[in-house]
Amino acid sequence: MRNIPLSALVGLIITAGFFLAAIFAPWIAPYPLGAAVGGVWKAASASHWLGTDGIGRDVLSRMIWGGRTTIWIATVATILSFGTGATLGFVAAVMGGWVDQTISRFVDLVMSIPSLIFALVVLTVIPPSITVLILVMGFLDATRPFRVARAVAVDITVMDYVEAARLRGEGQLWIIFREVLPNALSPLVAEMGLRFIFQVLLLSTLSFLGLGVQPPLTDWGGIVKENKDGLVYGVTAALYPAVAIASLAISVNLVADWILNRTTSLKGGRGG
Amino acid sequence: MNIVLKLVAQRIALGILLLLAASVLIFVGTNILPGDVAQSILGQSATPQALANLRAELGLNQPAYLRYLEWLGGVLHGNLGHSLTNGQDIATAISGRLANTLFLASVAAVIAVPLAVTLGLIAVRYRDRWPDKLISAITLTSVSLPEFLLGYIVIYFLAVKFHVAPSVATIYPGMSLLQKLHAVILPALVLVLVVQGQMMRMTRAAVLNLMQSAYIETAELKGLRPFLIIARHAFPNAISPIINVVMINLAYLVVGIVVTEVVFTYPGMGQYLVDHVAKRDIPVVQASALIFAAVYIGLNMLADVVSILTNPRLRHPK
Repeated sequence: MRNIPLSALVGLIITAGFFLAAIFAPWIAPYPLGAAVGGVWKAASASHWLGTDGIGRDVLSRMIWGGRTTIWIATVATILSFGTGATLGFVAAVMGGWVDQTISRFVDLVMSIPSLIFALVVLTVIPPSITVLILVMGFLDATRPFRVARAVAVDITVMDYVEAARLRGEGQLWIIFREVLPNALSPLVAEMGLRFIFQVLLLSTLSFLGLGVQPPLTDWGGIVKENKDGLVYGVTAALYPAVAIASLAISVNLVADWILNRTTSLKGGRGG
Repeated sequence: MNIVLKLVAQRIALGILLLLAASVLIFVGTNILPGDVAQSILGQSATPQALANLRAELGLNQPAYLRYLEWLGGVLHGNLGHSLTNGQDIATAISGRLANTLFLASVAAVIAVPLAVTLGLIAVRYRDRWPDKLISAITLTSVSLPEFLLGYIVIYFLAVKFHVAPSVATIYPGMSLLQKLHAVILPALVLVLVVQGQMMRMTRAAVLNLMQSAYIETAELKGLRPFLIIARHAFPNAISPIINVVMINLAYLVVGIVVTEVVFTYPGMGQYLVDHVAKRDIPVVQASALIFAAVYIGLNMLADVVSILTNPRLRHPK
């Protein structure tokens, strides 16, 4: 851990900052989420660092509270998609045969429809609550972790130590969790970072379209929706989520790149 | 030639099968709710009469598979059903919007494809030097932002600050081509930015892959200039993977266009879909989602067919 490259370190620090702000939002945010505390469309000042929005709410506070919602939903959805996707991927790789065929073809099918379109279809009949959003986002995106996990696990299942475990009579579950999982962890963690960012983008898009997080709660996509009319008058409140999403996405990408590079160099030789 | 034909036929058959399965999935997606769809559309305060009417209109009194077959039969005959909210015929409402969406998508594609391929080649030529690094930094930033935020950034700087182009892309029948082009400058720019990054990165990877071949080394050793090597030796062999990359990214456009149309209030398919999701208009959503899925699956299929056709190894079986 001593020689973390600078880019990964910066990425780690910024990512950690976002998560800390999300966890400690009630203590950090200067004002409550829904409180109208100042004039309308005020520019940045000492009491309102990012100005106020169309009904006089503090934009900085809303960014912090919104970030909390965004990060929280995206995190749970990522865990769900990874839990489902990776488990199914390992099962497919270890069991092989018709189980593998069935799951893989079904995943092909789900991936043949863009996730945003499919999410819109489902949200037509189900009113978006936070639980529904997490379930829809988590299951729709389980396809990619599935593919990565399966690809990695297929390489691992032909190793001698897996063969040895099979010969000494271990069950499928032991092989999946004790033999395959520990050796597949690194690429999966890197992929997890990328999927988390994808979830942040998907959730923001849904909220922007009015089909994600519903008022009085808000998230970064919702903040853009609330403040987009101000842009025409030169009020930049709608653009702050862009800065937040982009910096979170880039820092997570930097960390994921580093984890991936570390794995590939491990394969080359453990000494280096 | 036989093998090629057979592969192409197989791929097209697979595409049709996939589209059929996707239609099932879309249909199931709107029937996924454990409770009563009619109740969830109208809300708790609905009168029993209104509920019964809506159920009859949606055909909810029939079993699901019959409803699906009826829907599919209608779609195959060009009958997409009627909108729940205003009773309009969906096929008529969609045709004009589909043309608008295709217009916007093709403007974006005509700009994005040559630009991405050129930039990808430049990145290969100056690999690991500043032009390459600059290009990948821009790529990383553009893929880290959702389409709607790119849209508002573009609006803020180009429409509000510098008045380069209108922020609302109004388009109507009877406009001249030039007027239409002027109206779609900003949305097209956003779409170009959205697909640019991936397309460039994949072009770069495809050509870099070839740069390790023996014949490239020969060309280097006989003293050819680096740019000539790429243009004469690497690029012709990379055409097939690049076409593949282009097709796959045009499929990404399908998703990007939905959001971009909403940002610029452009009267296309995407806005139509999103509007009717909010109104819980199931027939419209099913029809539009099916069209988006068909375009997406079609482009992916085309990508595979093109790469089969452009692979000379398949033309001369051993």
